[in-house]
Amino acid sequence: MELQYWIWIAVGLSFTLYITIAIASRASSTGEFYIAGKGVPPIANGMATAADWMSAASFISMAGIISFNGYDGSVYLMGWTGGYVLLALLLAPYLRKFGKFTVPDFIGDRYYSNVARGVAVFCALIVSFTYIAGQMRGVGVVFSRYLEVDITTGVLIGMLIVLFYAVLGGMKGITYTQVAQYCVLIFAFMLPAIFISLMITGNAIPQIGFGSTGSDGVYLLDKLDGLHRELGFHEYTSGKKTILDVFLITAALMVGTAGLPHVIVRFFTVKKVSDARKSAGWALLFIAILYTTAPAVAVFSRTNLIETVSNKSYNALPEWFNKWEATGLITYVDKNQDGLVQYLADSQLNELKVDADIMVLANPEIADLPNWVIAIMAAGALAAALSTAAGLLLVISSSVSHDLIKKMIKPDVSEKGELIAARLSAVGAVILAAYFGINPPGFVAATVALAFGLAAASFFPAIVMGIFSKRMNKEGAVAGMVVGILLMLFYMTKFKFGWFGGGTEKDWWLGISPEGFGSFAMMVNFIVSIAISRFTPAPDTEIQKLIEDIRNPDEE
Amino acid sequence: MKNKQTYWKTNLKYLVILLSIWFTVSYGFGILLADQLNQIQMGGFKLGFWFAQQGAIFIFVILIFVYIYLMNRLDRKFKNKK
Repeated sequence: MELQYWIWIAVGLSFTLYITIAIASRASSTGEFYIAGKGVPPIANGMATAADWMSAASFISMAGIISFNGYDGSVYLMGWTGGYVLLALLLAPYLRKFGKFTVPDFIGDRYYSNVARGVAVFCALIVSFTYIAGQMRGVGVVFSRYLEVDITTGVLIGMLIVLFYAVLGGMKGITYTQVAQYCVLIFAFMLPAIFISLMITGNAIPQIGFGSTGSDGVYLLDKLDGLHRELGFHEYTSGKKTILDVFLITAALMVGTAGLPHVIVRFFTVKKVSDARKSAGWALLFIAILYTTAPAVAVFSRTNLIETVSNKSYNALPEWFNKWEATGLITYVDKNQDGLVQYLADSQLNELKVDADIMVLANPEIADLPNWVIAIMAAGALAAALSTAAGLLLVISSSVSHDLIKKMIKPDVSEKGELIAARLSAVGAVILAAYFGINPPGFVAATVALAFGLAAASFFPAIVMGIFSKRMNKEGAVAGMVVGILLMLFYMTKFKFGWFGGGTEKDWWLGISPEGFGSFAMMVNFIVSIAISRFTPAPDTEIQKLIEDIRNPDEE
Repeated sequence: MKNKQTYWKTNLKYLVILLSIWFTVSYGFGILLADQLNQIQMGGFKLGFWFAQQGAIFIFVILIFVYIYLMNRLDRKFKNKK
């Protein structure tokens, strides 16, 4: 059957599934809208968290980025998984025990101040908006690539779908659609990965195939290192970045993950404290399946790419090469007119440019898999993008309706009124996100990665100290958050957009890249918070009791 | 009251031990000591590279499940005392 038909069938079926789930589990109270009525079983919450967390970037781009950066790509692998250890051990159980609706709820109550709440809302909105614009764009790109509609139409279709199930279902609807989306996306990612692993190493498990030998009896990684040296690239298994920078980027991504509001809020949705710990375990297990496969896919496709094209005659290349060349994701210019493809590190002599996304997208064709596999990949990529967008959307709408309207502007609003406000702000947020998806401001791409730095520099210290230090007070926490997020914003705008005099890599403080700077800003946040809290009064006994209560897992 | 304090102290002890392992396998083996460990070959992997792209992630998953086990046991112990 024609590929296009398969794709429409796969995408259509998966969307019908999501919408059916949303209608079946629509929210009827604010408790259901914000936190699914605290009734989600841990395994389901683990899957929902995994889908919430893994975006279009994890699905499509990550393996490709690793495959072009080799060892340096490890920052993403460790950074985006290690944060779950912090979540499980330091945050999730206590925030669940606290048992309200949002992250600003916790900050506002624990630091007995609406200023702290307001600062937290501001941080949550900045972090979530930088992130969601990228997701809507991702939805548009996937649609246009697979369904041959233009990006704007793609964004609009995605917007309508998300709007429908997020506004109707709230957290309850999102949770169960995310469970379905996880199943779709992991199946779509693993299927071609397993076949590629079989094809190249004869082993069906990519994680093992990764360390095995190819048909010529040479270990795959040794062969790849050799190929890289030959063509002048940096050795695959060692890095180009400095150790300090790798260390700090990994830390910023880990801590940022643990500080992302749309991830944290997932742990509010379970029945009891022990379930919050369990969900974090399941979530990381489900994420790890993709995250340990991605570096294997990276090596398989990198080796395969080099062996297929390097010094081969252009006219004899396989069909998939020409197909992706037509999309502009692969470009070839025969500079020396010899009819062969020179793929080299030296940009003067190199004739081939390959977009990182190819490494995942072209997998089914490279492994010669049937058309329906490609169709499932399309559905998987859309599942990844939509699930993350929906989670972020909910954080934005609850920040507005719950934290701003209910807690700060109009405390006497009725439950029904608050629910309407929540739905309206979700609609507003989708429209704004879709606008940015269609007209992406130049800074969006640059800031998505930095959202982690912002979360690390603002939320993480305030939440952790709120749980583990009884002495931490509102003065310390507010000062820490404000200094942390401003410092991070300053550094990122200075080196990414050239504000405040701009600067190049040479001017980085201590050689720290903007991506790694979140760790530095987080340290500053901790130091400022602790110093200021020592010179200002300790929180009163009411708050001390709240902290005691958070630490005790029993529901009284 | 006494009970609560012992409960919290035990919890903190678990956290310190598990987070030390968390730090060692990722920042230690995967980053700071990666070059040294890369001298050791494990199957087709250089060991430092393996920790950075595979091993650390497996160990993260195990750490959380160990923590779940330890805390469930601790919760039961303190519930019985009451």
